[in-house]
Amino acid sequence: MALPNALRRVRGGAVHFGIVAMFTVFAAFPFYWMLITTFKRTSDLMNRGNNPFVYNEPPTLEHLKVLFFETMYGRWLWNTALVGAVVVAITLLLAIPAGYALARLTGRWGEQLGIGIFLTYLIPPTLLFIPMSRVIADLGLQDSIWSLVLVYPSFTIPFCTWLMMGFFKAIPRDLEEAAMIDGHSRFGAFVKIVIPISMAGILTVVIFTLTLVMQEFVYALTFISAVSQMTVSVGVPTFLVHGDVYFWGSLMAGSFIASVPIAILYNFFVDRFIAGFTVGAIK
Amino acid sequence: MGTLEREAVVVTGARRGRFSFLVDREEWLGPLMIGPAVLYIVLVVGFPFFLALFYSVSSVTAGSRTLEFVGLKNFIGVVGTTKFQTSLKNTFIFAFVSQAVVIVLATVLALALLKDFKGKWVVRFLILLPWVAPISLGTIGWLWILDSIYSVINWTLEALGLISPETWPMWLGIPHLAMGSVITVHVWRLLPLATVILLGGLSSIPADIHDAAAVDGASFWRHLFQITMPLVRPIMLVALLFGLVFAFTDMIVIFVLTRGGPYDTTQVLASLAFFTGIQGGDLAEGAAIALFLFPLLLAAAIVFLRIARRAEVT
Repeated sequence: MALPNALRRVRGGAVHFGIVAMFTVFAAFPFYWMLITTFKRTSDLMNRGNNPFVYNEPPTLEHLKVLFFETMYGRWLWNTALVGAVVVAITLLLAIPAGYALARLTGRWGEQLGIGIFLTYLIPPTLLFIPMSRVIADLGLQDSIWSLVLVYPSFTIPFCTWLMMGFFKAIPRDLEEAAMIDGHSRFGAFVKIVIPISMAGILTVVIFTLTLVMQEFVYALTFISAVSQMTVSVGVPTFLVHGDVYFWGSLMAGSFIASVPIAILYNFFVDRFIAGFTVGAIK
Repeated sequence: MGTLEREAVVVTGARRGRFSFLVDREEWLGPLMIGPAVLYIVLVVGFPFFLALFYSVSSVTAGSRTLEFVGLKNFIGVVGTTKFQTSLKNTFIFAFVSQAVVIVLATVLALALLKDFKGKWVVRFLILLPWVAPISLGTIGWLWILDSIYSVINWTLEALGLISPETWPMWLGIPHLAMGSVITVHVWRLLPLATVILLGGLSSIPADIHDAAAVDGASFWRHLFQITMPLVRPIMLVALLFGLVFAFTDMIVIFVLTRGGPYDTTQVLASLAFFTGIQGGDLAEGAAIALFLFPLLLAAAIVFLRIARRAEVT
C-alpha cells in the first residue's frame, strides 16, 4: 500500500513541477530573450545559421552605448520619471482625502459615489483619446509632457481612491475618536493620526501610480510626436523601430531596462493591489 | 509659557477658528475632501466622454474649426465598410478566444501555485512579469521572437527537424498566424492578472472545507468541479470581466506587432479608431468607431455592480 502512494506522490510532484516550469518559461522567456539579445553583436544576431541561444561571438556593450548616447533613451527615462513624480503628487493629494471621506464621512451616498468612481476605471483610453486629442491641442499642450500630467490622474485617481478607502476602513475608529477627544478636529485627527499609520497604503498607491504611468501607451502615442518629449513606453516602440531596419540589440536593451526594475518594486505590493482590484468579491 | 509661544497658540487658534465651521462639521468635511477628486474625474473623464458623443454625430476633422450636426451619418457610413465589419469580427474573436484561454490556463496555474514549494517567490515574480512590465515594451520582445527572418521559434523548430529552411512560417505576415500570434501575446499579458485574482479566491476558501472533502473521499476532479470551482465562481467572474474589458479595448499589442495587418486581418475597433481618428485625422468617424465599444463596457459595468451588491449583502 505504501509504495503506490509514494509513487503517486512522486508522479504528482513531477506533474506539478512540469506545469509550473512550463508557465514560468512562457511568462519569462521574452525578458530572458531581451537580456540575451542586449549583449549580442549585430553580426551574430543577423546570421540565420547561428544558434540563437548562445553567444557565437563575444558579447558586446555596443547596443547599450548606442541606446544611451545616440538615441533619446535617457531623455525618455527622464520624461517618464518626471511625469510619474508629478502624477503621483496629484494623485496623493486628491485620492487620499477622497478615500478617507468615502471610508468615514459620507455614509450611504458615499458608497454609491465610490462605486461610481470605481466604474470610471472601466472607461478605457480608447474611448476618450479622440476628443481628448482635440482638448489637448486647444490647451496648447500638444507635444508636451504636461498633457500626460493632466490626463494620467484621470485613471490613477479612481483606483487609488478605492485602494485608500479600503486601507482607511481597516483602521479602527477608536484611534481618531481618541484624538478628537484630545481636542483635535476630525480633519486634524486625519492629518496627525490616520495618515502616519497609513504609510503602507500610501506607498502602495505610489508604486501603483508609477507602474500605470510607465505602462500607459495610447495617450502618449496620441498626444506626443516630438521625439524629445516621448515617454519610454512610446519612444522605444515608435522611434527605435525604423521601417525595415530594426536595431534589435538596442530595442531589446531599452525594453529590458525599462521593464524589470519597476516589476521588482511592484512585486512587493501585488497582494494589496489585487485586493483593491477585486472590489469586495473575496469574502 | 513665553510670549512667543503664547502668540503661536493664539495664531493657530485663530486659524482653526476661521476654518472650523468647515473642518469640524462632518457633513461639510466629507464633500470637501472628496470634491476635488470628483471634479477632476468629471472634467477629465466625463467631459471628453460627452465630447466623444458629440463628435460622433458631427463632421469634425483634425484640421477644421467648424463642425456641423450630421446625425447618425458617421455611424451609418462606418457600419457599411468592410474594414469596420472585419474589425468588429476581429474584436470579438480576439477578446473571447484570448479570455477563454486565459481563464483555463489561469485556473490550472493558480491551482499549481496554491501548493507551497521551494522558490515559489521567484516563480511568482517571473509569472507576474508580463503584467507588470510596460506592455508596449514586452510586446517588442515578442516582435523579435516572431521576426520573419530571425525568429527563434523557427530556428528551434528547424533544429528539431519539424520545418525546413524554405518553409519558415511568417508569424506576423500570414492572416491566421498573425491573429494567433496577437492572441497568444495577449494571453501572455493577461494571464498573470487572472492568475493572481484566482489565487486570492482559492486561498480564501477555508481549509476545513477541503479537509471535509478529503475525509469523504472525493476524487481530485470531483473535488475541483463540485467544491472548489463553485466557491471561486464570483472571483472568476471578476477576473473574466477585467480581462474582457482589457481585451475589447486594447490596441497596444496589435499596434506594436501588426498595425492591424496583414490586410486588416488583425484590425480591431480600438486600433481602427486610432488609425482613422488620429492618423487619418477624421475625428468624427474615429469617435463613432470607438463608441461601438461603449455598449460592451456598459454591460461589464452592470455585471460589476451586481457583484458589488451581492458582496455587500453577504
